[in-house]
Amino acid sequence: MARVQLSNLEKVYGGAFKAVHGINLDIEDGEFMVLVGPSGCAKSTTLRMVAGLEEITGGEIRIGDHVVNTLPPGKRSIAMVFQNYALYPHMKVRKNLGFGLKIAGRPKAEIEAAIQDVARILEIEPLLDRLPRQLSGGQAQRVALGRALIKKPGVFLFDEPLSNLDAKLRASMRVRITDLHKRLKERGLSSTVIYVTHDQTEAMTMGDRICVMQAGRILQVATPRDLYNHPADLFVASFIGSPEMNLIDGTLSPDTIHIGGQSVALAPEAASRLDHWPEQIVLGVRPQHLRLVTDDGPALDATMTGAEFMGHEVNIHALLDGKPIVSVTSPGEYEAATRAGDRIRLRPDPLALHIFDKGTGRNATRPALIN
Amino acid sequence: MTDLSHMNAMQTRRRLRNQKISATIRYAVLFAVGLVMLYPLIWLVGASFKTNAEIFANPGFIPSEPTMEGYRKGWETSTPYTFGRFFWNSFLIILPKTIGTAISCTLVAYGFARFDFPFKKILFGSVIAILLLPNVVTRIPQYILFRDLGWLDTFLPLWVPSALAGDAFFVFMLVQFLRSIPPDMEEAARVDGCNSFQTLIYIVVPMLAPALISVCLFQFMWTMNDFLGPLIYLSSVDKYPVSLALKLSIDTTEAFEWNRILAMSVLTITPALIVFFVAQRYFIEGISTGGVKG
Repeated sequence: MARVQLSNLEKVYGGAFKAVHGINLDIEDGEFMVLVGPSGCAKSTTLRMVAGLEEITGGEIRIGDHVVNTLPPGKRSIAMVFQNYALYPHMKVRKNLGFGLKIAGRPKAEIEAAIQDVARILEIEPLLDRLPRQLSGGQAQRVALGRALIKKPGVFLFDEPLSNLDAKLRASMRVRITDLHKRLKERGLSSTVIYVTHDQTEAMTMGDRICVMQAGRILQVATPRDLYNHPADLFVASFIGSPEMNLIDGTLSPDTIHIGGQSVALAPEAASRLDHWPEQIVLGVRPQHLRLVTDDGPALDATMTGAEFMGHEVNIHALLDGKPIVSVTSPGEYEAATRAGDRIRLRPDPLALHIFDKGTGRNATRPALIN
Repeated sequence: MTDLSHMNAMQTRRRLRNQKISATIRYAVLFAVGLVMLYPLIWLVGASFKTNAEIFANPGFIPSEPTMEGYRKGWETSTPYTFGRFFWNSFLIILPKTIGTAISCTLVAYGFARFDFPFKKILFGSVIAILLLPNVVTRIPQYILFRDLGWLDTFLPLWVPSALAGDAFFVFMLVQFLRSIPPDMEEAARVDGCNSFQTLIYIVVPMLAPALISVCLFQFMWTMNDFLGPLIYLSSVDKYPVSLALKLSIDTTEAFEWNRILAMSVLTITPALIVFFVAQRYFIEGISTGGVKG
């Protein structure tokens, strides 16, 4: 069992700067948990506290059944993959892989067998007699992964492991890591993962659940789908999803949302999901839910300022009452709509509106099936 | 077109010629200055093969009648011991001192570079302060201390301060070098189960190797050339290192046998020169990465 529980975890630097504000997080055995947030949100600090590389100043960390607050990293049943690989530069790949087991005092034959096993899984057998400086970035990262894997730890900790790789390699390593996690799970091995990243694509594609952090606090913990469909507040709304969700200031009356001089009808289904009725609101509409239309139905008038052709879709940048917004549309719709010029009409999907309380920043819409 | 290509060719030729002239001037100046610096050394080697009479008669460095007499007689010395004995003494001083320096300075530098402890800043400040303190200032208190300990006329006063990281310069150099190495590898080692000491032995020391080699080389050369330390603490001739032994041959003869002194001087600087040239690569690497990058 390698469930990880953080209770009221705090980190204060030098008695003054509070980096982590008493966070609570429960990570199930075998779960792939992604900590995501902008730089400086203390996601790495949190991970390093779980690893034991950073002392905690308050609260409790449990791994399995043990409180590990003061245990050294080597005794926590964890393995870590670092952003810059952190391979031992003077040791060949073989020694790098076996070092942890050697320190643990395992017999040589067992270490050698484990090295061969891991090298086969990660396809690094031809690299075993090379030094780290003779490896490419992707190879080095696989060795770093192997060094974690070989210890058969309860918890894998990943600290932005893919951010030093190029885009193509990153995509393939993403698949490799999730695959590996699945295979470990199938084999019945303990395989809890805590994965830190600032890249939302990694977070969305890899995590069983995602924990969004900002300024040392947890804003929302949810599955990728829930996070996308029902962001708890304005920050999560703008952080998750690409292009970013359009956030437009407005006011709310019983059946209408007023944005500047224009208005959007509030569908009864949407209205029924509001848990309260804030007057000052921020309307959130994902670019994918803002359709470019050419018919005469109700829609928002906007001025197009630019378009990015992505192949299968077009990102349209426009000004709505002087505020920049983005809409994602198909190339066909784009061509039909722009034949008339820069004036375009955008229609938000009435069931995909998010209404945020401007005062608190919280999402006032209750979750529903929004697709 | 032809005009243009002709002009281009002319410009290229002119540029090449200018480069050649400038290179020639640069190398000529470098060679001249280098020769001025090296001449005493070259003269020393040449003169050690001359007869006593020729040393003062002939200013050139090529001996007219090369002789090994200076080496033969110089090696025998005017004491009951041969010069080999003094070399052995030097070795006995240098080896423990260098090893002690490497070990103690590594430990202290590791502590300063990687750990937080109370009064760290003040303590590191005092290390730097020692660096700025002239050596001479501490000679008398040190002498009295070692006299009271009964260590006079032993090698202990020469070994012990270095074995306790007394050479602030080396500590400083290693700290700077360590600061330039990211701590990730050490963290990886801790996750792999190493304690601080294992991390030091398995990870830090191998990464520190270039700087450590420089430290050992510096200590070797400085100790080999140290005259004042042995002069103050050693009084029996049988414990003299080569630096004192050279002076000995000047003291004990009425008319100085210069060719013997010069011959032994050549022998004295030989080990340092050999070590320097063999380890030059590490030496430069250690200084540049430790001193400049840090």
